[in-house]
Amino acid sequence: MKNVRPRVKVPKSASAGDVITIKTLISHPMESGTRKDKEGNVIPREIINRFTCEFNGESVIDVTLEPAISTNPYIEFEAKVPEAGEFKFTWYDDDGSVYEDTQKITVG
Amino acid sequence: MTMTRRDALALAMGGVAATMLPLPALADASADAIAKFTGGASMGEGGLTLTAPEIAENGNTVPISVDAPGAAEIAVFATGNPTPAVATFKFGPLAGSQMASTRIRLQQTQDVIAVAKMPDGTFVQAKSTVKVTIGGCGG
Repeated sequence: MKNVRPRVKVPKSASAGDVITIKTLISHPMESGTRKDKEGNVIPREIINRFTCEFNGESVIDVTLEPAISTNPYIEFEAKVPEAGEFKFTWYDDDGSVYEDTQKITVG
Repeated sequence: MTMTRRDALALAMGGVAATMLPLPALADASADAIAKFTGGASMGEGGLTLTAPEIAENGNTVPISVDAPGAAEIAVFATGNPTPAVATFKFGPLAGSQMASTRIRLQQTQDVIAVAKMPDGTFVQAKSTVKVTIGGCGG
């Protein structure tokens, strides 16, 4: 059983037009599909294949992940904050699951 | 049929060529992956920074960072991995900069290549050699 937990670090507030750094981490095994178990059978691939970040519905970053991304994928990037609003983070799993997190930011 | 000296030499050369095959095959796989991203366009240099450690003790988590001001997309490839593609970052209108960091797996000592697609449709690439002490792809 996978214990998937997204974690996101976003500043609570910023000035309008500021560029802020966002750090995201999601606990996930990122099974590459190249490893073998003790009996020599290939362990099937199971990874997060896509990550997106949106602010008030507009795209900040859209990342395609391959099996070469480490366990517990960590992504750090920067975003512009034109106004107060909400960041929406979405991770897409190979098994069809979608994990989401949101963070509000105030401008002032 | 008797084996002449020439035949024996030819056989030996063939054997050497066969054992050397896997290396170019790997390089081809990453070239193919890069060509898929660029559409075969030629690549310039400059304007793209790829930050990777010189020596990675653990190939399971190698921190890398790419930065290409103004780029629309940046793709990262690991030339010595079973599958060369690592990640593709597409920057949206609200991206604060065209910079991203992540952690990747490297199977062996190899070149990591980043390719950035600029808004005018040109491509630039940056390369960094990472020495890996313990490989990170299992198997």
